[in-house]
Amino acid sequence: MTPAPSEQTDNADNAVPAYRATPLRRAWALVRNTWRGLTSMRTALILLFLLAVAALPGALLPQRSVNERNVNGYLDEHGWWGSLLDSLQMFDVYSSVWFSAIYLLLMVSIIGCLVPRTSDYIRSMRSRPVLTPRNLRRLPHHERVETTDDVDAVMAGARRRLRGWRLAEREEAGGARSISAERGYLRETGNLLFHFGMLGVIISFAAGALYSYEGQVVVLADGSEFCNSGIYNYDAFEPGLQVDGTQLNPFCVRVNDFDAEYRGGQPVAYEADIDYQSGDDLQTGTWRQHHLEVNEPLRTAGDRLYLLNHGYAPTFTVTFPDGQSRTQTVQWRPVDQQTYLSEGATKFEEPGITDPVKRRERQLAVTGLFAPTPSMHGNILSSAGPQLNDPQVAVDIMRGDLGFSSGRGQSIFEIDQSMVDAGRLERVARENLEVGQSLTLDDGTRVTFDGVERFVALQVSHDPLQNWVLVSAIVMFAGLGASLFIKRRRLWVRATPVEVTAGATGEGAADGEGAAAGAAGDDAGGGAAGGDGARDEGNAAGDESAAGGVTAGDGTAGDAKPDPRRTVVEVGGLARTDQAGYGEEFTRIAAELLGRK
Amino acid sequence: MPVNETLSQYSDWSYTTSVVIYILAMVFFLVEQSFGRRGREVAERTRNRELVGAGIDNTTSRIGNTAPGIDNTTPGIHNTTPGIHNTGPGIRNTGGAPTRAERFGRMGIALTVLGLLLHGSALVLRGLATSRVPWGNMYEYVMITCFVAVTAWLVLLRKHPVRHLSMFVLLPNVILMFIGGTWLYAVAAPLQPALQSYWLIIHVAAAAASSGVFLVPGVASIFYLIKARNESHPEKFAKFAAKLPAKDVLDRVAYRTTVFAFPVFTFGVLCGAVWAEAAWGRFWGWDPKETVAFIAWIVYAAYLHSRATAGWRGNRAAVINVIGFAVTVFNLFFVNLVTTGLHSYAGVG
Ligand code: HEM
Repeated sequence: MTPAPSEQTDNADNAVPAYRATPLRRAWALVRNTWRGLTSMRTALILLFLLAVAALPGALLPQRSVNERNVNGYLDEHGWWGSLLDSLQMFDVYSSVWFSAIYLLLMVSIIGCLVPRTSDYIRSMRSRPVLTPRNLRRLPHHERVETTDDVDAVMAGARRRLRGWRLAEREEAGGARSISAERGYLRETGNLLFHFGMLGVIISFAAGALYSYEGQVVVLADGSEFCNSGIYNYDAFEPGLQVDGTQLNPFCVRVNDFDAEYRGGQPVAYEADIDYQSGDDLQTGTWRQHHLEVNEPLRTAGDRLYLLNHGYAPTFTVTFPDGQSRTQTVQWRPVDQQTYLSEGATKFEEPGITDPVKRRERQLAVTGLFAPTPSMHGNILSSAGPQLNDPQVAVDIMRGDLGFSSGRGQSIFEIDQSMVDAGRLERVARENLEVGQSLTLDDGTRVTFDGVERFVALQVSHDPLQNWVLVSAIVMFAGLGASLFIKRRRLWVRATPVEVTAGATGEGAADGEGAAAGAAGDDAGGGAAGGDGARDEGNAAGDESAAGGVTAGDGTAGDAKPDPRRTVVEVGGLARTDQAGYGEEFTRIAAELLGRK
Repeated sequence: MPVNETLSQYSDWSYTTSVVIYILAMVFFLVEQSFGRRGREVAERTRNRELVGAGIDNTTSRIGNTAPGIDNTTPGIHNTTPGIHNTGPGIRNTGGAPTRAERFGRMGIALTVLGLLLHGSALVLRGLATSRVPWGNMYEYVMITCFVAVTAWLVLLRKHPVRHLSMFVLLPNVILMFIGGTWLYAVAAPLQPALQSYWLIIHVAAAAASSGVFLVPGVASIFYLIKARNESHPEKFAKFAAKLPAKDVLDRVAYRTTVFAFPVFTFGVLCGAVWAEAAWGRFWGWDPKETVAFIAWIVYAAYLHSRATAGWRGNRAAVINVIGFAVTVFNLFFVNLVTTGLHSYAGVG
C-alpha cells in the first residue's frame, strides 16, 4: 500500500517550532499547512464525497440546462420552497458556485497530490531495488531450502528466472550473496497517468463549456434551408460563456425529405435526405448530398449536425371573405412520442387591414390537435400510431386579438391564454377535418386543411475541446487498468554457503522460534525440521533448544567453515500494494527458484 | 426482421423457471446455513483455513527445512495450497467426508448453476427472438445484470471460502428478477432508432456487467459491517456473525470484485459518453442517469482511496462500498422509472 506522500509529511509540522515564530513565519506555516491539508489523501476523499453529494440534487430536481420548462413547472408548483431552491442554485447545479468550488478544490488537491508524487515516482524509477532485509523470515512470504548447488549457480539460476524484474545483486558477509528484485513499476505509472488523465478531462471539459455552443432548429422537410450564420436562425441557442454568436462556423443545410420506417407501429429508422455546403462550397454554391440519421451526425466545418426528432406540420389555407387567401405550414409539437399526436397553433392575419384596432379584432388562429393515424373516441380525436394514415385535425378556430402587440414573446405552439381569459380572443368554430375538408366561419371566412408536411428537429453542436476530453479519458482509462491490475511486488533471494561441522547436514536450530517452527513442520506433515535462520542471530550452532528440531546433526558447535557443496537458499517476497494475491505468484516463483519445478 | 413469438415465449418460460430454481437453491443454502452448530463449524473452518492461508509460506518453508529430501516436501506444499485456493464450489476439503450441511450447500450450488444455465438461455432466446442484443429495455437489463451477478458469485466461490453465504447473494437477485419479470416486463420488440447503434452493445453490456458484479461487494461489505459490529459488541448479531467468515475474507472479496468491476464501469460510462456525443449532440449533459452514474463512480473511487488512507480502511471502506451499491440500484430503478431523462427508454408502462 502506498499512502499519499503528503500524509507522511503531515506530522512533520509538529517538529518544526524549534525556531521563533515571527508573523511572517506563522503566515507561511499557515499557507503551507493549508496546502498540505488540501492535498492530503483524506481531504481528497472528503472532496470526492462532497462532489458526489453536490451532484445529487441535479438528478432529483429538474435542471435548466436540461429542461427549462420542467423547471418553470416546478417553480409554479412549489411556491416559496421553489424560490428558495432557486436562490440556492438548485436548478443550475452544475454551474452553481458551490459545485464549481468543490471541483476546483478537488482539482487543486489533485494537482497538489500529483506534483510530489511525480517527483517521487521519477526518483523511484531511477533507484535500485532496496537492500535485501537481513531477516527474510519476517516477510509475509518466505521459503527456504538447502541445495547442493553452489552460490554462483543459485544466483545464476535466480537471474535467469527473474528476467523482466529489476534486479540488484549484492555481496554479503560470509560469502553469501543476494538479489533484490522488484517488479510492477507500471502500477505507479498507471496511477499517475490515471490522475493526470482525469485532470485533463476536468480541464478540457470546463474549457469546452466556455467555447461551445448548441442550437436547435426545426426545418420543414420540403426543401427548406437553414444556415448556421447567426443565432437568430435558431429556435433555441445556448452559447458558452465565451461565445457571442457572431463567429459561428458557417455552413448551410437544405432538408429535402424525411422518412420514418415503422414495423408493427414501432419506429425502426428515421432518416433525412439533406444537402449541405460548408467551406469553399459556400462560395461556389456547391451542395453535397448527405443521408442524416439518428446516431450518425453530419460532421462539417468543425460542427456537428444532428437529427434529433421529427414531427408534422399541417398546412392550412384561410380564404378571407374578400377572396384573398393565405396558406401556412407551421410545425405542431408532438405531445405523445409514441403516437405523434401533435398540438399547435397556426396564426393568420387578414391582409390589407391598416387600422391597427380593427386588425386586432380580426386575427385568426387554428389551434388544436393533429393525429397522423386518427382514432375517434366518441367525438374526441386521438392518434393510434405515428405513421401518416388518413391524418385528421381537430381544430378550434380562434378569432380576435392574438396578443402580438403585447410585447410578450409568443410560443409558436400555443395561443396566448391571457387573451382568451380577457375575452379578447374567442372561439368561433370547432370541427374535425380530414385532408381537403374545410369549414366556413360566420363571416364567410373559409379554413381548409390542405395536407401535411414533415419537419425535422435539428441540432447544431460545437465543442472545440471534446477531442481533448476523449484523449484524456483514454489516458485515464489505460492508467486505471495498469494501476488496478499490476501488482508492485518485491522478491529477494539469498544464497548462503552452509557452514558445517563434521557430519551435520543442517544448521542446528537455536532459538525458541526454531522449536516452534519445528512443531509447525510437524503439523504440516513435513517431519521434524530444524528451525531456520539461527544464522541471523549469529549463534550458528545449536544448543539444547535445538531439540525442537531434531536435525541429523548432533548439534555440537565446532568451528564452522563453508561447505562448497551445500547452499541455503532463501526467498522472501512482499507485495507493496494491498491487492491480495501475490501469494500464488510467489509460491510459483519460489518453487522454481528452489528447484521444485 | 419480425419478432419471433415462439422463441420469445420460450425465453419467458426459461426466465421464470430459472427464478424458481434460484429460490430452490436458496432453500438449500438456508438449510446449510442454519444447521446451527454446523453452520458455525463451517465458519470456524473457513477461519482456520484463513490462518493456514496467512501462514502458508512459513509452513512450507519449515517443511523445506527438512532437507535432504527436498523433493519429498513438494507434496506437502501442494497439498496445502489447494486448501486455500482452487477450492471449487465444493470447498470444504479440510478433511473428512462432507457433512450433511455441506452436502446441502453443494446441491445448492448445483441448482444455482442449473438456474444460471436457464437464465442464460432466457437471454439468448430473447436475443434470437428479436434479432438483436438482449439488453434493449429494463426487463432485459435486469435479466442480464442478474446473470452477471450470479456468474460473478460462482466464479468467486472458486477462490474464496464463502459458499455458505450464497443465499444472501441469491436473495437480492431473486427479488430483482421478480421485479423485472412482473413490473418491468416488456414484450419482445425491435429497438427504437435512438438505440440502434453498436454502442448499445458495448455501453449497456459494460454497465450491466459492472452493476452485476457490484452486487457481490455490496453484499460482502454488509456482512463485513455486521461482523465488525459483532466484534466490538459481542452481544450484537451473535448468532449470525458466528456463521460469517473472518472480516478480512469479506474485505478481500469486496476489494477484489470492486477492483474488477470499477474499470468495467468506467469503461461503460466512457462508452456512454461517446455514444451520447453521436446520439444526443453532447458527450455529457447531466442527464439524471449520467449524473447518478457519475455519483456512483465517485463513490467507488472513494472506496478505492479509502483503502489507501489511514483510518479509513475497514469499516469506513465497507460503508462506502455499501453506499456505492445503493447508488447503483437507485440508478437502475429510480432514474429509469421516476425521472424523465433521455435514458427513459425502459419500455415500462
Ligand atoms: C476525482 C478525483 C479522484 C479520483 C476519481 C481518483 C481515483 C483513483 C483511483 C481509481 C485510484 C486507484 C486505486 C487503487 O490503486 O487501488 C486512485 C489511486 C490513488 N489516488 Fe486518486 N483519485 C482522485 C483524486 C485523488 C487526489 C486528489 C489524490 C491526492 C490527494 C489522490 C491520490 C491517490 C493515491 C495516492 C492513489 C494510490 C493509492 C493506491 O496505491 O492504492 N487521488 N485514485
